[in-house]
Amino acid sequence: MTAVQTPFESLTVLIAEDSAADRLLLSTIVRRQGHEVLTAANGAEAVEVFRQQRPQLVLMDAMMPVMDGFEAAQQIKALAGETLVPIIFLTSLTESEGLARCLEAGGDDFLAKPYNQVILAAKIKAMDRLRRLQATVLQQRDQIARHHNYLLNEQRVAKAVFDKVAHSGCLNAPNIRYLQSPYALFNGDLLLAAFTPAGDMHVLLGDFTGHGLPAAVGAMPLAEVFYGMTAKGYGLSETLREMNAKLKRILPVDMFCCATLLCLSFQRRSVEVWNGGMPDGYLHNIASDERTPLTARHLPLGVLSPDTFDDRTEVFPMAVGDRVFLLSDGVIDTCDANEQLFGVERLHQVFTANRQPEELFEEIERALRDFRGEARDDVSMVEVSLLDATQMRPPTLVYSDSGQSCPLDWSVSFEFRAASLKRFNPLPYLLQLLLEVHGLRAQSGALYSVLAELYSNALEHGVLGLDSSLKRDALGFARYYQERNARLDALHSGYVRVHLEVVPTGEGGCLLIRVEDSGKGFDIARVMERPAENVRLSGRGVNLVQQLGRNASWSDNGRSARVEFFWDALA
Amino acid sequence: MDDPHLNRDVLVALQEVMEDEYPVLLDTFLADSEERLSLLRQQKDAGQLMETAHSFKGSSSNMGAVRLAELCNKLEHRAKISPRSDLQNLIREIDLEFAFVRPLYEAERERSLFEKATVRRF
Repeated sequence: MTAVQTPFESLTVLIAEDSAADRLLLSTIVRRQGHEVLTAANGAEAVEVFRQQRPQLVLMDAMMPVMDGFEAAQQIKALAGETLVPIIFLTSLTESEGLARCLEAGGDDFLAKPYNQVILAAKIKAMDRLRRLQATVLQQRDQIARHHNYLLNEQRVAKAVFDKVAHSGCLNAPNIRYLQSPYALFNGDLLLAAFTPAGDMHVLLGDFTGHGLPAAVGAMPLAEVFYGMTAKGYGLSETLREMNAKLKRILPVDMFCCATLLCLSFQRRSVEVWNGGMPDGYLHNIASDERTPLTARHLPLGVLSPDTFDDRTEVFPMAVGDRVFLLSDGVIDTCDANEQLFGVERLHQVFTANRQPEELFEEIERALRDFRGEARDDVSMVEVSLLDATQMRPPTLVYSDSGQSCPLDWSVSFEFRAASLKRFNPLPYLLQLLLEVHGLRAQSGALYSVLAELYSNALEHGVLGLDSSLKRDALGFARYYQERNARLDALHSGYVRVHLEVVPTGEGGCLLIRVEDSGKGFDIARVMERPAENVRLSGRGVNLVQQLGRNASWSDNGRSARVEFFWDALA
Repeated sequence: MDDPHLNRDVLVALQEVMEDEYPVLLDTFLADSEERLSLLRQQKDAGQLMETAHSFKGSSSNMGAVRLAELCNKLEHRAKISPRSDLQNLIREIDLEFAFVRPLYEAERERSLFEKATVRRF
């Protein structure tokens, strides 16, 4: 390794020596070596000269009158503070105690008398190297501190922007409990929740790769897609496809987002789940006290291309009071002092020990604290319970136009055939169309629910020929949805027709909806006779349509359904 | 041949470093030394004696006065332990040694001044 020659730098050297001859000799030697020299004849003078002129290096005689070298050295070091001002003691002390005293007093080196020029030059050079090293260290420390503050500020700004974009959706709904650090965003943790127009609830718990700004930056486009599509009435699968495509397109290759998505339906009393790379979630059945793990069956978002992405979800029945619990891997990965992981087993222990479902959150938090002793920044948990549909009050949508130019007298018919039925959900478009009619906006929730119900009946029971009685228990539920996906994949013929007609009636208006399918139909009379079930796991949603719309009727052996909505003059 | 009193090599090196200031250095040393000797003769306190001897030792060794430095070293170490009478003897020896080397330094001074006067500088 070749030594790097540092360029010669002239220093200001203070020489403190009480013997005049020695002082003269040393000054001359040092000056000849290219440095500037200041002199002092005793310790007190040395301190004063240092205070006023701040030389970079000091040659200090140990024994001096008024104030000796040791005392002067201590005072000079104190004055220098963080800066390194090397002090070389000049001594004819040969005893090791004397030499040790030099170093104890804060001296950095010593030079014996008689003075050897070569050694003196070498020592000055070495001390100067140290001095410059210290100066570099301080400079870099200050630079790091500045950068750190800059980064913190960037994060503050990013968070403010994100909060505007993401807003908290409906995380404050009565059926949601959550725990998240305020800086979860910069650990890549994301929690979103929003109502669909039908009153269902979409929830997303996500975990981006990386830390800091890169992890946070992906959250914004994702949140936009989630909130935008949910508000328009898109289902989980379509929203997932769009989120995956977006992340795949915009994120670098090694970045992705693990996520669990839920669609909780209070009407249908079910939860639809998609888990891509997140730890197991848990569906807690209160009655049986069983917890069903919701395992990751998919790769995270942003990994697969749109044509290989798998948007299939699983559906589970829920009773009122049942809960879905999701957590980020910060919980499982919490380490104690011995690098042991908290792990899934301990989590299960907390589950088993839990008596009151309301206290589960605190119990987990406490277990984590006891295990580790301090909280981690990336622990995110959310618990979503199913409340009775009547207890849920989704916020009304806000519109920005005046309604002066809305269509009041029109009709449209659609026919969706096999190829479309497989891959296309027309409901958001139909709803957007209907919401152009100002008078219908107040009933958008009911409209969407009825449309969705009629369409899914037409598709599943009509075209696909699925038997709704399959959905009588949890196992049947799973089999039903598996069968649904299989039959939809294999579909090559059939249709669902949707006819919409809006006519004015006096000051208000009327919307007529008719949905027809190509299926075998059903026995209308028998279904009407059946009493309304308390636990709505099956049924054609006949009750729902009758409750939310007006003049509901079925014809053509059940293949054609019809319902009306009315509105009065607007205030 | 090694001179026990004055190391000539040291003087050569000193002249080389000091150049024109060489005579000044010699004068300063001689003046300092007079002062120190007078202090040694007067000082009663062992601690002070030790410090003065130490200081004298330092500058003597720098100036190549080998034997003088040795004597001062002895005085420094004995100042706190030996009886007054022994110390007086040592001080007298130092006095004598200085008296011996003093003319040598003065001659050296003359020589260097003469050198300076006669050597033409270009």
